[in-house]
Amino acid sequence: MAEQALLSLRGVSKSFGGIHAVHDISFKVRAGESVGLVGPNGAGKTTLFNCVCGQLRFDQGEIMFDGTTLAGIPTFKRARLGIGRTYQKVEVFTDMSVRDHLMVAERSRCGEGRLWKDLLNMSKVSRQEMENVEATLDLVGISSMADTSVNALGLGHCRLVELARALAAEPKILLADEPSSGLDIHETAEVAAVLRTVQHERGTAILLVEHDLSMVGEVVDRTVVMDLGSLLAEGTFDEVMANPEVRHAYLGQMGAA
Amino acid sequence: MENFFGFALPGVPYGCTYAIVAVGLVLTYQATGVFNFAFGGQAYAAAFVFTLLTQNEGWSGFPAFLVSVVVMSPLIGLAFDRFLFRKVGNSNTTAKLVISLSLLVGIPSLLPVIFGAQNLDDTATIFPFFNPNVVYFTVLQVPINGIYLSTITVTVVVLVALTALLRFTNLGLQMRGAVESRRLVQLDGVNSGRVVALAWAISSFMAGLAGVLLAPTFGNFQSDTYATLMVAAIAAAAWGLLRSIPIATAVGVLIGVVSTILKGYLPTSSIFFSAVLPSLPFFVLVAALLFLPGMRSLDMNRDPLATIDPPPPPTAAASRAPSMDRMIRRAWWVFFAVFVVSMLTWMPKTWEGVFNSGLALSTVLLSITLITGMAGQLSLFQGTLAGVGAFTSAQLANHLGLNMLVGGLIGALLAAAVAVVVALLSLRLRGLGLALMTLAAALLFDNTFFNDASITGGVSGLSLKEKWLGTSAFFNFNGHALFLLSLAVLAGCVLLVLQVRKGTVGRNLAAMRGSETAAAGLGINLTWQRIVVFALAGGIAGLGGVLVTIGAQVANSAQWSYSFSLIFIVLVVTTGVATVEGAIQAGIGFFVTSQLLTYLPGRFGGGSLVIVLFAFGAVQYAKHPEGVLEFQKRQGNMRFERLLFPKEYYALHPTEIAPGTNG
Repeated sequence: MAEQALLSLRGVSKSFGGIHAVHDISFKVRAGESVGLVGPNGAGKTTLFNCVCGQLRFDQGEIMFDGTTLAGIPTFKRARLGIGRTYQKVEVFTDMSVRDHLMVAERSRCGEGRLWKDLLNMSKVSRQEMENVEATLDLVGISSMADTSVNALGLGHCRLVELARALAAEPKILLADEPSSGLDIHETAEVAAVLRTVQHERGTAILLVEHDLSMVGEVVDRTVVMDLGSLLAEGTFDEVMANPEVRHAYLGQMGAA
Repeated sequence: MENFFGFALPGVPYGCTYAIVAVGLVLTYQATGVFNFAFGGQAYAAAFVFTLLTQNEGWSGFPAFLVSVVVMSPLIGLAFDRFLFRKVGNSNTTAKLVISLSLLVGIPSLLPVIFGAQNLDDTATIFPFFNPNVVYFTVLQVPINGIYLSTITVTVVVLVALTALLRFTNLGLQMRGAVESRRLVQLDGVNSGRVVALAWAISSFMAGLAGVLLAPTFGNFQSDTYATLMVAAIAAAAWGLLRSIPIATAVGVLIGVVSTILKGYLPTSSIFFSAVLPSLPFFVLVAALLFLPGMRSLDMNRDPLATIDPPPPPTAAASRAPSMDRMIRRAWWVFFAVFVVSMLTWMPKTWEGVFNSGLALSTVLLSITLITGMAGQLSLFQGTLAGVGAFTSAQLANHLGLNMLVGGLIGALLAAAVAVVVALLSLRLRGLGLALMTLAAALLFDNTFFNDASITGGVSGLSLKEKWLGTSAFFNFNGHALFLLSLAVLAGCVLLVLQVRKGTVGRNLAAMRGSETAAAGLGINLTWQRIVVFALAGGIAGLGGVLVTIGAQVANSAQWSYSFSLIFIVLVVTTGVATVEGAIQAGIGFFVTSQLLTYLPGRFGGGSLVIVLFAFGAVQYAKHPEGVLEFQKRQGNMRFERLLFPKEYYALHPTEIAPGTNG
């Protein structure tokens, strides 16, 4: 495993009015590493994701990705640098088939679509692109619904489509925001397996926000805990779970005792 | 100083009516999530009926007010809620906008159909105790008459009552809750249907009230005069972020007052007086859209229960059985060949003209398929862009003697450039914000460039002569050259749209329509996509405008007023905004229907009725978001498939049981 940090956050803060949603957060994710980002509701995890991806502008600090500082870079360029993500509140392309979702990702990975190529009929789907898409559909286990419109899918399947779409862009790091929310126990196990495969076979780094702690324990190499916008603990999953402050944040006085 | 007040005070009654409509807009938006463009139409309807009763039937003001404002207006609001908006999901911004636009276009067209054309110029005030012709007292030498007093009294009473209702009553609280999801508040035991219906009744009452209050201040009033009222009100509501009643009121009054002050001080011969002053409300609206971050996050409410809605159906073409699909494709080619041969041989001149106009309009409408159907951007100024193409080519022909084909291409490029400028100005706007920005652009063009006789040739317009089209025999317009030209241009544009749709850009546009957040998160440059789609749609609309001009042999600003941009949207939505054939059916259907209606008695006034028919089709958007025609096509397909290809049909629809089987 490379020691070089792929994603590094240093003193990142973000406030909304007077509320510190994220306060002075620093941690690193190395290339190919899987890191869990956990904490109670309102800890600032999704806000931090939005700061990394560019959907929100952070107030202070520095975020570096693969040697590039991210401040001032728009969302789409950060995605092209290799940051992929899934969303807490499902974001699928309404009216579009599952396969087309992946095709959009596959194409955007290769750069902007050129209008003149479309007009000259030069942007047909190539065999290689089709194979890549099929491979990702297989990996996530949604080949059977490839030609179905996402409008006809339930929440759980939409989460899988989101995951497959993010993976089709072959990101260097995947920011997965509660990927098991709305899934049953078997589907959750499948998602965990997919994340492990992606990490081990493709070498994709993973930053996982998840409330299902057993899934986090199964997937991640290291865990970062946030509470009320601040960093509470960092270490292996077992270490942070044994930390009294973490237990207090999750379970209140009873947990600390 | 006295001069200043002398200019300012007469603006207060205007400002009050703007404020009433603005507050009505805020109320409907807050309570139902609908930004009701139809308010202008509702205000006009109330003023129309009020004046009809007082002028033609000899009623006095108060009973006419009771009938038109207290009874009729709330009933219209209740009908809107019951039959239209109740059926639309809270999260479906486009549906809500399109329905209210259809009503804005449809209501003023419906009134002359019901009551016959009227000349309305003798309006009364609503209260018998305020005589419009009596000056009760003077303030700083400004005479205060009955109109002034009744307007201000009514405004103050209505606004105080409404604020109290929203702030201090349980009903106000329930109204605010129903915005997010009327289904969700129902789960809390609130009768949300009643709450929302009440909001509609109250806000429609206010629309009617504003209409009747404003009527005496215009001389002979037309439905178009209410457009100014709407824009001023929208601008005021926008500065209140569609939320704050006090700010909306204050800005409404301010627009009225500043307008009359500027009118007083600016020299009447200056360009500011003739062009900028009437555009003041548009500038106020554009400023709100550009500088208020809150306007960027409109329509962000999402119904938490939206996921229980069934998915929208696929298009008719996508859901056909393969054999049926092949048959229909062949039938289309045969139909097309018969059409072309007929146009070139036996078609009577009148009908050839009708179809030529239809082909030209189809080209303009195709731009809406591209920008709204494919990219999900609600643009309300495609008619204006067509006008830019039309006037540019006509001017180039006039001044440089340039061939209309060359001038037409330059016109299309200029239309594309205008579209790009508006796209750049509205990069951060979505849904309703973008619709308002493009509407403001359309109205600005109407008041400035299209209102300038040196550009548009005044009332009679710029007429074209044959010599400008070159001397080649091909451009002999007594033959079929216009048909061939229109067909070629439309075919070119259709090909372009289809190529874009099946290519990478089309897929990216569909992604952008589905979720901008996720599209940007995948690496799609939304800014560039928007610029590309605005430019393409602008260029296509411009070309369509040039075709219409060549056909009509004249470019006239009345052809390209903002209301036509709205009618265009209504037309395309009626037939189906998602498909290319939808635009063509709308364009040709509009002129064919208009022509057929000329065979009806004059009372039905073809021009009005055809708009009413299409507007009625578009309000069906609530039930059939894919377009009424598209819905009918799907139904027809299924019926024929069952008859002709039962095996494929029952394979495609496994839930239906084939007759004669033991299901």
